[in-house]
Amino acid sequence: MTTEVAAEPATDALIDQIRVAVPAHGIRHDLRAVVIVWRRELIRFRTDRLRAITSLIQPVLFLFVLGTGLSSLAGRGMPPGVSFKTFIYPGVLAMSVLFTAIFSAASIVWDREFGFLREILVAPVSRASIVIGKCLGGATIATFQGVVFLILAGFADVPYNPALIVTLIGELLLLSFTLTAFGVMMAARIKQFQAFMALTQMLVMPLFFLSGALYPLAGLPAWLSVLTRIDPLTYIVGPMRHAVFSHLAVPAGFEQHLAPGITWAGWLVPLWLSIGIVAIMGLGMMTVAIAEFRKTE
Amino acid sequence: MALHTGATSSAVVRAGIGAGQPVISVAGLTKRYGDIEAVRGIDFEVAKGETFGFLGPNGAGKTTTIKILCTLANATSGTASVAGHDAARARDAVRRNIGLVFQDTTLDSYLTAQQNLRFHAELYGVPKAAVMPRMRQVMDMVGLWDRKDSLVSTFSGGMQRRLEIARGLLHAPRVLFLDEPTVGLDPQTRSSIWKYINELKGREDITIFLTTHYMDEAENCDRIAIIDHGQIVAIDTPAALKASVGKDRVQIHTADDPAAIAALAETFGIEAVTREGAVTFSVPGGEQFVPRLFAEFSVPIRSVSVSRPSLDDVFMSYTGTTIRDAEASGTDALRQMARLRGR
Repeated sequence: MTTEVAAEPATDALIDQIRVAVPAHGIRHDLRAVVIVWRRELIRFRTDRLRAITSLIQPVLFLFVLGTGLSSLAGRGMPPGVSFKTFIYPGVLAMSVLFTAIFSAASIVWDREFGFLREILVAPVSRASIVIGKCLGGATIATFQGVVFLILAGFADVPYNPALIVTLIGELLLLSFTLTAFGVMMAARIKQFQAFMALTQMLVMPLFFLSGALYPLAGLPAWLSVLTRIDPLTYIVGPMRHAVFSHLAVPAGFEQHLAPGITWAGWLVPLWLSIGIVAIMGLGMMTVAIAEFRKTE
Repeated sequence: MALHTGATSSAVVRAGIGAGQPVISVAGLTKRYGDIEAVRGIDFEVAKGETFGFLGPNGAGKTTTIKILCTLANATSGTASVAGHDAARARDAVRRNIGLVFQDTTLDSYLTAQQNLRFHAELYGVPKAAVMPRMRQVMDMVGLWDRKDSLVSTFSGGMQRRLEIARGLLHAPRVLFLDEPTVGLDPQTRSSIWKYINELKGREDITIFLTTHYMDEAENCDRIAIIDHGQIVAIDTPAALKASVGKDRVQIHTADDPAAIAALAETFGIEAVTREGAVTFSVPGGEQFVPRLFAEFSVPIRSVSVSRPSLDDVFMSYTGTTIRDAEASGTDALRQMARLRGR
């Protein structure tokens, strides 16, 4: 290699310098790849303000229109100082990141159709760093979306308590990561943009409705109870609601009724396990996505 | 081993390129997609510094071969090595050493030109201190430095292709693959792209592997391989390929064409036809034939033209069809490829 470079007088010293110095595969190189894939997601999100605004419309509708409209019916069982809006706020907050996170993975399908994915896939860098960068990028922009929605917490009588906000942001980040990983896993398989959009649209609403975002998880008919326990979103909406209620002055009886926690056949799933389930699902789906992208035709 | 070296150097000498190991070497390569055999056992070598053209109609196996060389597809059997690394087993080593310009654009049109290049530099691990100077160097080379902050979506097709060439060179690869680099561009832009490619050969120490179906562009190559139905049917320099066709095309305008055709058959044993309003025939050494024609021919001749075989004639003689006709019949194959790609 060295003799070869020396034997050929180069027109520009820089070319040789670069060629000789391009490192073999290393962890630092992989980290640079993770960072640049992550940064690209942010740059694209910044230039796409319309998406940022439109994806807030749905949660705003749910919180203010549905929340206010239903409060005359559902608000009767609420303790003083807590409205139906407060009750659904954690679930709607989760919803605010749902679309953005899953659809951030749609850019993979988009990139495939418009060729950019090929530029990424021929790079001398591990598939893992590309997928990790993508998942972290989607998680970041979705969480950012959630933070914008957090600003509206006061309208739902949720206090701006620093500890609560930090907890909620952490939980949003985890949720966003898992949802993006899910989207990336699907995008590895689904090659058509329309098919991807249709499938994810179809999944998003059931995920939301079965998560207990709009109703307490206690006292449900058996069939619904089982479905809610299968929905991964349940395991993050539960801890988020718990976080909100632990910062409200609510009599114990009411909290037991409104935020009963998740139970498996009567056994109360602890918070750490609930959050752990979401984290493990996210990591698992990301691993599947990495394996999918390692395949070569 | 000694035998192998001998074979390599003779190939290089034939190509008129300086000594050295081949940069690309392919042996017994095949690729099947289900029942379709896209590549049916091809062998070739490309020497360092060569501009090597891969010609053939769509669906002939050009793109499949490039995909295997670029580590984007696995061969069914056979081996391919690029820059001294096995394309199937040492993917990252191959990827570090190659630059790619695909026929479809692979730029992110929502990013600026510079952001696209920066993305590439980071993915390829270009040393941080070299990123900026090198970006400037390659963008200057294709005349796009002053547009570095424009979104790619505002670029014309020709500018996008130039930016892709710049990006493909950013990490100083040893081999640059250009898959139909000028397809879909107007003639003026095509010639400007070629201007950049030819300048590049003087400035960078690089081997170029390109596919095209424009015969006039193939003239720019040091050597050409013609691939048809997944097999290489001819491989040599453009001049040698043209010489191998062996015959020049002669066209004469006469006072009496039917008489001229009859006289040609009688006097010289040549079969001639009327084409483009002239009596047309092929003979070896056309220029030497003309004096004989005047000396021995009975029918008055008004004008004569002799033309060397073009690469179109070469393509015709090896594949039995012109590349444009092959394109038309290749449409089915193209659809097939599209389906495969979508799978």
